[in-house]
Amino acid sequence: MLANEIFDRLKTEFGDAILAFDDTQPTDPFIMVQTDKVFDVCYSLRDNDEFQFDYLMCLTGMDLGENVGVVYHLYSMKFKHKVVLKVVAPKADPKVPSVEMLWKTADWHEREAYDLMGVQFEGHRNLIRILCPYDWEGHPLRKDYETPEFYHGMKVSY
Amino acid sequence: MGLLNKLDDPYEGGGIVLGKVEDLLNWGRSKSDWYLHFGLACCAIEFMAMNASHFDFMRFGTIPRTSPRQADFIMVTGTVTFKMADRIKVLYEQMAEPKYVISVGSCSNCGGPYWEHGYHVLKGVDRIIPVDVYIPGCPPRPEAFEEGMMLLQSKISKQAIFNKRKKLEAEL
Repeated sequence: MLANEIFDRLKTEFGDAILAFDDTQPTDPFIMVQTDKVFDVCYSLRDNDEFQFDYLMCLTGMDLGENVGVVYHLYSMKFKHKVVLKVVAPKADPKVPSVEMLWKTADWHEREAYDLMGVQFEGHRNLIRILCPYDWEGHPLRKDYETPEFYHGMKVSY
Repeated sequence: MGLLNKLDDPYEGGGIVLGKVEDLLNWGRSKSDWYLHFGLACCAIEFMAMNASHFDFMRFGTIPRTSPRQADFIMVTGTVTFKMADRIKVLYEQMAEPKYVISVGSCSNCGGPYWEHGYHVLKGVDRIIPVDVYIPGCPPRPEAFEEGMMLLQSKISKQAIFNKRKKLEAEL
């Protein structure tokens, strides 16, 4: 199934929760989804017999200036089709529903996005840092991140 | 080595070698260095080549140990992140004296490619533990490992064991 067909099916099922479809970019065509509905959309994409997206290839966090974004790359092993979902959340309150219950891949990927980009995944059962030390402050891949001067008494800058 | 050269000129017929006990001990120490390998990045991959048969690191008398208690020197090979820096400090403190440190590669020497934007990298392992030999390279060739090992051996073989303070004062 092509991405625009998937978009049409989702549009009839979820209505306004599916915001936009873009296939003009040189990247894979993607579907913008309303942030608080992303779990329901993903649930449908995984368990609907027409879609059967059983594989979350990648979950990525993005810094968009005012907002943070999350990108989901889904793939169906059975139908060999794929789709890209995108959601955005304001940086002041970056809450996104977790899909960790749907795909085990999302467990570590969401922890990484939380660790480096500060996206708060609601419903994740173990949202702790995965790469940085547990007592690290801030989220290093944000554009406005300021490197600390010292960590445990060790100078950070050269 | 000074001790072995004396074998060329032994006392006639006696097979006696005259030498200092300090030289004997240092000779033994420098030729049987057991090491704790702290592999962190691609330098550790290069070190595998060093350990394999082509370059044969063990001909220097080195034996890899998995416990810091049994190690004479620690080989820090790779990028020292802040998360790892705490562990290196603990392992170094667990080693028994006398202990030595070889820092391998640009990352553990000075931060390497992470020197400017690496928020997570310690800019040189010498900021937390005293380094005896630096091996430059990114990663170093096995020949560089060999030279570093020989430098450490020559450093150990020249060290004072008895009357340390007196000898240090004489040097100053």
